Amino acid sequence: MQKLGVEVLSMSIDSMFVHKMWDDDELKKMVDGGVPFPMLSDAGGKVGKAYGVFDESAGVEARGRFIIDPDGVLQGFEVLTPPVGRNVNETIRQVQAFQLVRETGGAEATPSGWKPGKKTLKPGIDLVGKVWQEWKTDMAFD
Amino acid sequence: MAEESVGCARPTGGPVGEEVEEQVITEKTKVKEERAMLMVGQKVPDFAAPGYQQGKFVNVKLSDYLGKWVLLCFYPGDFTFV
Repeated sequence: MQKLGVEVLSMSIDSMFVHKMWDDDELKKMVDGGVPFPMLSDAGGKVGKAYGVFDESAGVEARGRFIIDPDGVLQGFEVLTPPVGRNVNETIRQVQAFQLVRETGGAEATPSGWKPGKKTLKPGIDLVGKVWQEWKTDMAFD
Repeated sequence: MAEESVGCARPTGGPVGEEVEEQVITEKTKVKEERAMLMVGQKVPDFAAPGYQQGKFVNVKLSDYLGKWVLLCFYPGDFTFV
């Protein structure tokens, strides 16, 4: 994410004191030097509520992941229940796709299955009804 | 980003902006609250929150990151397993 110029923020209902202990006791054993990004505290779940990820009955936040562009606009999100972890590769792919679209000012779009190096599409009048010539269903897969 | 001073109280953050009005909870407002999901293509709500980063307690305001791509990740809790 750092390579892509993306700032990561994590957030849970735990206090910043617990974040420190978690980083010290466990995460440093997984990541050299500990977690590099700010681990934020949302005790009470007020921010989580604003983002629609706070589970009132459990009192915790779901695995919500939000991609926010430099204008503060939400480009994509994913929310999972607690037992299933995220796919970081897919998040990286989506960030790369949103960055490409932004850099081209929307002149290029990334079709299903796109990843860096694969063909983009150029929306316009010439492409109407012609996507089948430019994009094949097997391109949706790796 | 401001460094957060540490006292005995457990600090927390919250959305930035207008105060949320106290509402009399009727069935209608309940449904509205439960369905409050953000829309893609819309601005996200700003917030400020205390946190921990690399040996320091910090206070982060989301709007300080304008001009940069941000990945905001919520999770159920520290020391959970996944």
